[in-house]
Amino acid sequence: MSASVVALTIISIIVVSGSLLGFSARFRRKMDLEQWACAGRGFGLLLVWLLMAGEMFTAFTFLGASGWAYSRGAPVLYIIGYWPLGCVVGFYILPYIWEAGRKHRMQTQADFFQVRYGSKLLAAFVALVGVVSLMAYLQLQLTGLGLIVEEASYGSVRRTTAMIVAFALVAAFVSVSGVRGVAWVSIVKDLLLLSIAVFIGFAVPHIYFGGIGGMFAALARTNPAHLVMPGTTPNLGHMWYLSTVLVTAFGFFMWPQFFAATFTARSGQILRRNAMLMPLYALAMPLMLIVGLTAVMVLPGLRNGDLSVLLIVRKTFPAWFMGIVGGAGALTAMVAAAIQLLCGATLWAKNLIRPLFAPQMTEQQTATLSKLLVLALTAGAVLLAIYTSVSLVSLFLLGVSGVAQLCPGIFLGLFSKRATTAGVSAGLFTGIAIAAVLTLTNRDPYHGLNAGFIGLCFNIAVTGLVSAFTSVHVSSFDEIAAEIAPAPSAPAGSIADLS
Amino acid sequence: MKRPALASILFGLIPFAATCFSVKLWDRIYPMVFGIPFNFFWLVLWMVLTPACMWGAYCVETRRAMQERQGCGPNAVIRGEAEGGAD
Repeated sequence: MSASVVALTIISIIVVSGSLLGFSARFRRKMDLEQWACAGRGFGLLLVWLLMAGEMFTAFTFLGASGWAYSRGAPVLYIIGYWPLGCVVGFYILPYIWEAGRKHRMQTQADFFQVRYGSKLLAAFVALVGVVSLMAYLQLQLTGLGLIVEEASYGSVRRTTAMIVAFALVAAFVSVSGVRGVAWVSIVKDLLLLSIAVFIGFAVPHIYFGGIGGMFAALARTNPAHLVMPGTTPNLGHMWYLSTVLVTAFGFFMWPQFFAATFTARSGQILRRNAMLMPLYALAMPLMLIVGLTAVMVLPGLRNGDLSVLLIVRKTFPAWFMGIVGGAGALTAMVAAAIQLLCGATLWAKNLIRPLFAPQMTEQQTATLSKLLVLALTAGAVLLAIYTSVSLVSLFLLGVSGVAQLCPGIFLGLFSKRATTAGVSAGLFTGIAIAAVLTLTNRDPYHGLNAGFIGLCFNIAVTGLVSAFTSVHVSSFDEIAAEIAPAPSAPAGSIADLS
Repeated sequence: MKRPALASILFGLIPFAATCFSVKLWDRIYPMVFGIPFNFFWLVLWMVLTPACMWGAYCVETRRAMQERQGCGPNAVIRGEAEGGAD
């Protein structure tokens, strides 16, 4: 058997058995929208963890981060900088988002804006921002998947074919099993990915340089500029790091799929514990960066840095191992894409199409529409991935600049009495416009600052200014009647205000 | 409206100060620690120290939630003040 057949067989086995696990998670549950998108709000610590982590370890972790370590050097440190900080932000907001979500039966991020600010249009705009940003992230997964299968098959399967086959599988899997299926496949995927990251993170530098220390010593001798910011780039310096870490840390839980994962939890306390422990999970990330840095000296001159991990694995290990790495990578991209699809489709059906075009639609019809939209979104992302080529990190930064603009609306919605519907809408619109213009005209970074960060600053200023001159819809969630009988809650106020 | 306690937010600011605002101070190769460049080592170290900080915040929030459940009679308020001061 040739190397490519061995590798491809192993990839197929991993991908197919992963998908079967997802299908079987359906059991005999009735799949209404609530069950499909929020799993009936009954997930405990472990499943919420897996669902969120499933969305953290994506093709971006696997290829994009090491790709930047290879091609840009030290600016990639922003990734291990923002991750723990994103969890810190999540610690403070998730339990409150969860509480509002349970009280008002929210299923999507746009529902939050709908309930808090009482505007269908604002909610639809939020859904649009969410779906467009998700498309960038989805495209990232697809591109990554294509790279993995193409390289792991030693070029015998074309990238386009690989993307189409795998995503047909993801779309089918999401339509049938919903969020519960995804969480279970996450277990397999995370175990595989973590063990591979730990193994190659130590083995690759050991084989070429006798260890991680040896690798860094060699790199510091031959290429010291690679190891401090701005690395090999002209403009990704300290201010860029600072602004990017802030915008990505605050944008971390603004991704609509993290929002949706929040609603699957059984209690707010579970979310706090999750956010507290999650930075530990990221410890696999530096190992992937180390592999990328090793490739700088072992495989100099690659045109596409995103290939560095795959190529160094292919050069160093036998074909069957390449198959395992490829399978794990493919499954990772698929799980992440599944969550993104699930969330994007629900947003689109529930917050864009139903309220604006078909208000008489029932819950059941909305659920069916969501499943159809999964196919539409998949097709859209496949086309984007085939016809455009951007580096994986750039796609990620593009998406996160978009969702980070939702921050003021969410923070103020939870913790301020003065935010108005007009203020939040105007701020969001300004922020998106500025970030989009700067990014699309290739001005990111602008004067050394992340474009999303500049957008966010204007966003906050406009939100504050307009809010000062307009009247509030309601001053907090407490004023809005719950959609179901509210669970007995502790009397609010007194003690919270003291401490 | 419920908000996070001030004491717990202070715990959360520590990782921000250490890994974000202070980038100029730690972005250097030397001194290497365990053969790892200093900036790299520093950020990995804070992946472990951040949960430690958040453990502090978690304790603050948990204690507050327990007090709220016990009701908010005058005793509960006094207890809340006393323990809040100890943080």
